Amino acid sequence: MAFLQAVIEHGFLQHALIGGVLASIGCGIVGSYVVVRRIGFLAGGISHSVLGGMGAALYFGVEPLSGAVAAALLSALLIGWVSLRWREHEDTLIGALWAVGMAVGILFISRTPGYNVNLMSYLFGNILMVPERELWVMAAMDLLVVAAVVLFYRPFQAVAFDEEFARLRGVPVTGFYLLLLCMVALTVVLLIQVVGLILVIALLTLPAAIAAQYVHTLGRMMGLATLLGILFTVSGLALSYEPDLPAGATIILVAGLAYLLSTVGRGVWRGRRARLGTQGVRDG
Amino acid sequence: MNGQAVIELDRLGFSYGEAPVLEEVSLRVLAGEFIGVVGPNAGGKSTLLKLILGLLQPATGKIRVFGRAPSRARWEIGYVPQYPTFQRDFPISVEQTVLMGRLARHGLFGRYRREDMRAAERAMERTEVRELAGRQINTLSGGQLQRVLLARALACEPRMLILDEPTANIDQRLECDIFDLLKGFNRSMSILVVSHDIGFISRYVDRVACLNRTLICHKTEAIDGQTISELYGSDVRMVAHQHF
Repeated sequence: MAFLQAVIEHGFLQHALIGGVLASIGCGIVGSYVVVRRIGFLAGGISHSVLGGMGAALYFGVEPLSGAVAAALLSALLIGWVSLRWREHEDTLIGALWAVGMAVGILFISRTPGYNVNLMSYLFGNILMVPERELWVMAAMDLLVVAAVVLFYRPFQAVAFDEEFARLRGVPVTGFYLLLLCMVALTVVLLIQVVGLILVIALLTLPAAIAAQYVHTLGRMMGLATLLGILFTVSGLALSYEPDLPAGATIILVAGLAYLLSTVGRGVWRGRRARLGTQGVRDG
Repeated sequence: MNGQAVIELDRLGFSYGEAPVLEEVSLRVLAGEFIGVVGPNAGGKSTLLKLILGLLQPATGKIRVFGRAPSRARWEIGYVPQYPTFQRDFPISVEQTVLMGRLARHGLFGRYRREDMRAAERAMERTEVRELAGRQINTLSGGQLQRVLLARALACEPRMLILDEPTANIDQRLECDIFDLLKGFNRSMSILVVSHDIGFISRYVDRVACLNRTLICHKTEAIDGQTISELYGSDVRMVAHQHF
């Protein structure tokens, strides 16, 4: 209740809530692709390489967010190109981009004059400090992602499901795969505002993974994952507020706990149903 | 339409790196034909299919499909991959899977059209999976899934079907069912089927092409122990060796 009161009183909390909702939209939609296509590691590589872009932007006095977008798109295209051409090198490249991106970022940040840089907020997010202008940028990125998915739902589904068959049917698979990875990149940047680049993977995959346990089309998975994302960010924010815990980490723990409970709960329920089923056969 | 070549392979060669996978492969598949390609594992069967579908480029020789380059003709081919080529737990229904055969038919924007839905329904009826339309693919048995993939290929309304080991993962009785279906489809389209089981498919196909790096064709009635041991020569010796 104290949290509700605080939301009404403080603009920064309202911004945080809006930021959480905006991030959840991107994460629900793109996270569903990441989960069904099993490219979580790839998304992790993109998100960590972002630090390089942010560091360079800071050093050269550019807006860090634009550095983040540039680095994310660049590494998405690089990984996508390599994975389509030389699949056997994909893993190595992702690992390299992951570490090299962070190293570059840290070097640039260490050379940036002044002490105004809060490295921790890039790594672990700072949802309480999202300025209004960034909310607009997040909304624009959401709009791009939603528009791409609405226009090209079928080819995206086909590329995620069965790349070879899609290619044989005349779908430009390379283009759509790279577009998909660019959407992953934009979403990662969206989420960095909320939970930071280290924790991004959890918010990208956990809501979609939970949704996949209950619904059976990609579209519904996206919808449910978005709702779950909103639930996790809002409740994480609320839980962290009074004890003054880091919001990003709390959000991730809420999501992780929900995933654990959902998975265990389903296992127990299925086991019981299976037992009841066999009993029914015995009685009959 | 009989007598016209649907696939022409002329002295085809292909290699992954150093080792040649295919050498001097020449073959003409005629319209309306039901042809089987058999051979040992790693004999180049899947590579040959990928070349015909234009997914790989030949190192030497020429391929024509319906008189065109493979990549320009493949939309007229219904392809059934050797299962599984995708994640079985993908959240997708049977109907949506079959509809993939209609992808890109009228552009990539938006939804499927009514004629696409009807073509998918017809395809599901022909392979007897209409009642499974709403089921998730991860709830299907191996035989059911194979019929769904066959329906997806038919939904392309192809001039030719190409199947890669369509019955590798299902039992013998269902295998006969699938080939009975294919025999029926053969009345309206050419069929090329890859198999490792020469004895079984020779009951259904008009002609068998034996592929072990290079290719020898036989009318089905000419297949005997001699042919099989020539084709699988090294394997047979290996088995004999184990008995000593």
